[in-house]
Amino acid sequence: MAVTGTNQSPPALSATAHDGDDSLPVVLIHRFPTFTGSLFPSLPTHFRLLDLLTTDASNLQSASAILCVGPPPPVTPEFLDRFPSLKIVVCSSVGVDHVDLPECRQRGIVVTNAGSAFAEDVADYAVALLIDVLRRVSAADRYVRAGSWPVKGDYPLGSKVSGKRVGILGLGRIGSAIATRLAAFGCQIRYSSRKEKPSLPFPFYKTALDLAANSDVLIACCALTDETFHVINGEVMTVLGKQGVIINVGRGSLVDEKELVEFLLRGDLGGAGLDVFEDEPHVPKELFALDNVVLSPHSAVVTPESIGTLQDVVIGNLKAFFAGQPLISPVID
Amino acid sequence: MTCPPVHPYLVEALEKRFTLHKLDSVPDKAQFLSSHRDSIRAVVGNAAAGADAELIDQLPKLEIVSSYSVGLDKIDLAKCKEKGIRVTNTPDVLTDDVADLALGLMLAVLRRLCESDRYVRSGLWKKGVGFNLFLLQFSGKTVGIIGLGRIGMAIAQRAEAFSCPISYFSRSQKPGINYKYHPSVVDLAANCDILVVACALTPETRHIINREVIDALGPKGVLINIGRGPHVDEAELVSALVEGRLGGAGLDVFQDEPNVPEELFKLENVVLLPHVGSGTVETRQAMADLVVGNLEAHFLNKPLLTPVV
Repeated sequence: MAVTGTNQSPPALSATAHDGDDSLPVVLIHRFPTFTGSLFPSLPTHFRLLDLLTTDASNLQSASAILCVGPPPPVTPEFLDRFPSLKIVVCSSVGVDHVDLPECRQRGIVVTNAGSAFAEDVADYAVALLIDVLRRVSAADRYVRAGSWPVKGDYPLGSKVSGKRVGILGLGRIGSAIATRLAAFGCQIRYSSRKEKPSLPFPFYKTALDLAANSDVLIACCALTDETFHVINGEVMTVLGKQGVIINVGRGSLVDEKELVEFLLRGDLGGAGLDVFEDEPHVPKELFALDNVVLSPHSAVVTPESIGTLQDVVIGNLKAFFAGQPLISPVID
Repeated sequence: MTCPPVHPYLVEALEKRFTLHKLDSVPDKAQFLSSHRDSIRAVVGNAAAGADAELIDQLPKLEIVSSYSVGLDKIDLAKCKEKGIRVTNTPDVLTDDVADLALGLMLAVLRRLCESDRYVRSGLWKKGVGFNLFLLQFSGKTVGIIGLGRIGMAIAQRAEAFSCPISYFSRSQKPGINYKYHPSVVDLAANCDILVVACALTPETRHIINREVIDALGPKGVLINIGRGPHVDEAELVSALVEGRLGGAGLDVFQDEPNVPEELFKLENVVLLPHVGSGTVETRQAMADLVVGNLEAHFLNKPLLTPVV
């Protein structure tokens, strides 16, 4: 999504420019002023969209639904205080770490996320990153484009993907989709999760440390919570070992980024594929020189297909809410 | 005697057991061959060089050609058969690696992985410069495979886990296979999103990817080549990519390795790899063990491990 800097009044979101049809239910849009991406095109057909940043204060009193587009500013108690009639916060991401969930629960406000709209795309991306790191796809592509093949000869050998022990941290929709894919590569899947899932055929480990001790690769795709902050820390990296590879398609802070950089620079970790970082868009510069690292700008989900599915989930949740029917993807915390 | 440079592990293993001559490091090849013509009994080749008719003629005592590859296009098989020269290759041990890489190429091209990595490393993300984030979804795309041998099947198995419908072209339809068969490559190309070359290189399959096939694949189609460079009419491929008539390509092999057409270097919808299909520590070791194992079996008059001729 294009990010434009501004220091005047926030640019209007086109979908809310004309205030919409009066007869439709009202949905407030919550965004950073710099976010000017095009909104889900079908939304105005079903709802009257009001931009939180520009609409009349009187509208905030009666609004029962907020849609976060984003990534948006945090949903804090102070923020929630402005909306006495609020009953639902609809998020357009899978991760809801920007929402104060206990506070919402206390106020009887339900929160929904993107559900499984992104599961496949994120899973595909995690596998893409893993193959890239182990087989040096991006690094070898750079080598060819630099004209090095005729001059320096064959590219150094990579590491085999098939058969690797892959430890998945978080076996939700995304983790399960990753497991299905990598199982077809002959990888040995194991996992750690809040709760064991006995219906699945993979070995379960109670802690990230135990998982790391029994894996060649760790894939972080769990929710970011107080418990999972820096779940992949120095101890886990040590146990994972010098050939170990870390893939992060969850949230930057699942990994202790400072430690990760140091382990990689010392050669104490085999490699990393990262789509998320602790302080986006800042990426530790030291990583730029490493060929065993693949970096991407938080783009695991952005394909036209998943944006379409996301729109369906967002509209589905809002329609269900206004009709008093069961929601599609409520976040149960 | 080894023709091309080979992996140190293999060189060491060969030197332990045999008197090894490395043809590629000999200054005057013709002179070397004529002075050693009566002593060379085995040749170890690979994807780059093997034993063509000319070489076979210069080595009257040649008994076996053991290739450090599964591809046999650099060996004159007919001549070997005629002269009773045994030929072995390295099937199966590299199937997984090549299939893994084929998927890696598909994902990297559709999800613009290399481009994303370049974007981050250039510092542009930090500067807030927008990035064209609308990439193509991979899951669910139709994958068309040319050649449903060991490698083709392994690719199909992996792609199926991404809910990709599989279709294929082969010399003949394979019984008991659930994938959709197409009687021609053009037909296959017209009906798939991603076309993968996974067949052997023979005189019949040279330039199997030509202008007609590329046109059928079209501006939204992606070509993946993990076979041999000559499978593709490279000049046609390059102009199709440069002109936008083909959606993208993931290439591990080229017409004239290690030379890659430079027009491709500035394209964002291609991924270019230096023939690393079987390039992992694990697999090269297994391949080397097979080469040595075949040679040892031959000289001990035991059955060859992976004979072709």
